Amino acid sequence: MVLNVNGLDYKSLNEKIRDVSDKCHITGCCGQRFIGAGMSGKNITIDGVPGNALGAYLNGASITVNANAQDAVGDTMNDGQIVIHGNTGDAAGYAMRGGKIYVKGNAGYRAGIHMKEYKNKVPVMIIGGITGSFLGEYQAGGIIIVLGLDKNDKKIVGNFPCTGMHGGKIFLRGDISGIKFPSNVCVTTADSSDMESVKENLSEFCSLFGFETKDILKSQFSVITPDSKNPYKQMYVAN
Amino acid sequence: MSNIEGHVRIPSGCAIAAVISKDGKSMTGEKIVDSMKPMHDRSNGLGGGFAAYGIYKDYKDFYALHMFYKDRASRKNCEQFLKERFEIVQSEIIPTRKIPQITDEPIIWRYFVSPLKSVLAALQQDEKEFVAATVMKINAEMEGTYVFSSGKNMGTFKAVGFPEDVGVFYKLDEYEGYMWTAHGRYPTNTPGWWGGAHPFTLLDYSVVHNGEISSYDANRRFIEMFGYKCTLQTDTEVITYIMDYLLRVQNLSLQQAANVIAAPFWSTIDAVSDPEEQKRLKYLRTVFSSLLITGPFSIVLGFNGGLMALNDRLKLRSMVTGQKDDKVFIASEEAAIRVMEPDAENICYPAGGQAVIVKVKDGAF
Repeated sequence: MVLNVNGLDYKSLNEKIRDVSDKCHITGCCGQRFIGAGMSGKNITIDGVPGNALGAYLNGASITVNANAQDAVGDTMNDGQIVIHGNTGDAAGYAMRGGKIYVKGNAGYRAGIHMKEYKNKVPVMIIGGITGSFLGEYQAGGIIIVLGLDKNDKKIVGNFPCTGMHGGKIFLRGDISGIKFPSNVCVTTADSSDMESVKENLSEFCSLFGFETKDILKSQFSVITPDSKNPYKQMYVAN
Repeated sequence: MSNIEGHVRIPSGCAIAAVISKDGKSMTGEKIVDSMKPMHDRSNGLGGGFAAYGIYKDYKDFYALHMFYKDRASRKNCEQFLKERFEIVQSEIIPTRKIPQITDEPIIWRYFVSPLKSVLAALQQDEKEFVAATVMKINAEMEGTYVFSSGKNMGTFKAVGFPEDVGVFYKLDEYEGYMWTAHGRYPTNTPGWWGGAHPFTLLDYSVVHNGEISSYDANRRFIEMFGYKCTLQTDTEVITYIMDYLLRVQNLSLQQAANVIAAPFWSTIDAVSDPEEQKRLKYLRTVFSSLLITGPFSIVLGFNGGLMALNDRLKLRSMVTGQKDDKVFIASEEAAIRVMEPDAENICYPAGGQAVIVKVKDGAF
């Protein structure tokens, strides 16, 4: 069902989505916030630019955006999938605790901030391009993969990545020279078991955006994990 | 009982937008007013405003003073004061539309003035210095009287209300300028009143600001040593005076001023590979350490002939830029840019502390 939401406020927009039982194609979207918030079992496609907190608290629904998204995509999402065929703004996947976010282009500052996991609930965020500063700030769980496709001479992440990271994993593809990581994380070259996990996660991402998994996997990946040997050493007096 | 503060979520956080024609082509205020509509929820109705450049072509050599007066007596009193210092070539009410969304308006007046040569000679001040000092004097000392715009061939229009209503109230569709900036306010620590709405201006510098600066008092104490007086009960005012001080008084370039107020972290400066650049950044951060602005901000600084957009170094607020033909667009959200230009290209997200400077081609404004 096609819904033209031109000029509609976010509350009425979400009510309309709830009234649709099957697939829902939104056109004329321009800045309405909270689209799909908390929803399960819906399949939503959006033409135009959705507003902040797209898919906040998402609980199983699937959202596809055919343009750029704004800030705080998938804020605290629990389950489901958000696919962005463009760039996304700041704080994508903020406190995400399950589900998947796939971004074809770049992500802004603080992607994956406060991401977490519990038992078999492991959120995954894959960024096709590059990200701004503070990637994975305070990350407590989950997997973030940044591919840096078409990044040219730009750095794959901005300043201060992984600040306060204490759980989960970040994979960065290709050259990471010149990127300064904090002392609370370990940066290593991804081994074969790491690469299995990357490969598994990449297959869906690549089929959605038309990339070849094997081309992407030709480059070396680095993996960043918290240094959990003595996590409080940097914070308190060693004794 | 659902309306107790703290029990209801108000999803607000200020909105800014700007558009400039690099060819100096005229645009009415309609587009910039429309751009604020998708960002409606960022404001809470306690302030909206616009700065427009190139709108007073017939009076372009005169300072346009926009005034709020509490009552007729304060207007008469201020006019007497102005007459002793300026040649007033035009004095008129700023035309407004009566709409239910905007209420309790003060008396809103404007004057086109030129400082009296004899006064300038006696004070040994240049024109701009004199006008800036006069604005400070009025705002600090004259009860119920505020100058809220004082540049040449530009003007600000602000009120308590949502920005899209403020635009209708001031009839911005009837003005034509080559550059517009806009603000929707969600006051955090300070009252929502007419003088507290953005933009904040001094001479032709105007600032719209989304954020909340935590260095306000440190900045204020420093800038007040140079004759500026912070009287408008809000943090953004000090940014305007800092920019006036750095650009007009200290004669810094826009890039240098950006490196002062959003100076990189020492660790970031240490990592700069070009030694000259490193030295430059160290110098600016050291000499003007009291003008470092901390806390979240995204601002657009307007001036005659151009603008500069800037985020705090941590980028704690959002900012997006786009382009189409001769026009450059800046906003808190891409949706606002799409309203002004659905086919905007080169959508960019400036990094924290990265100044975006756009100027009108020489002489085109």
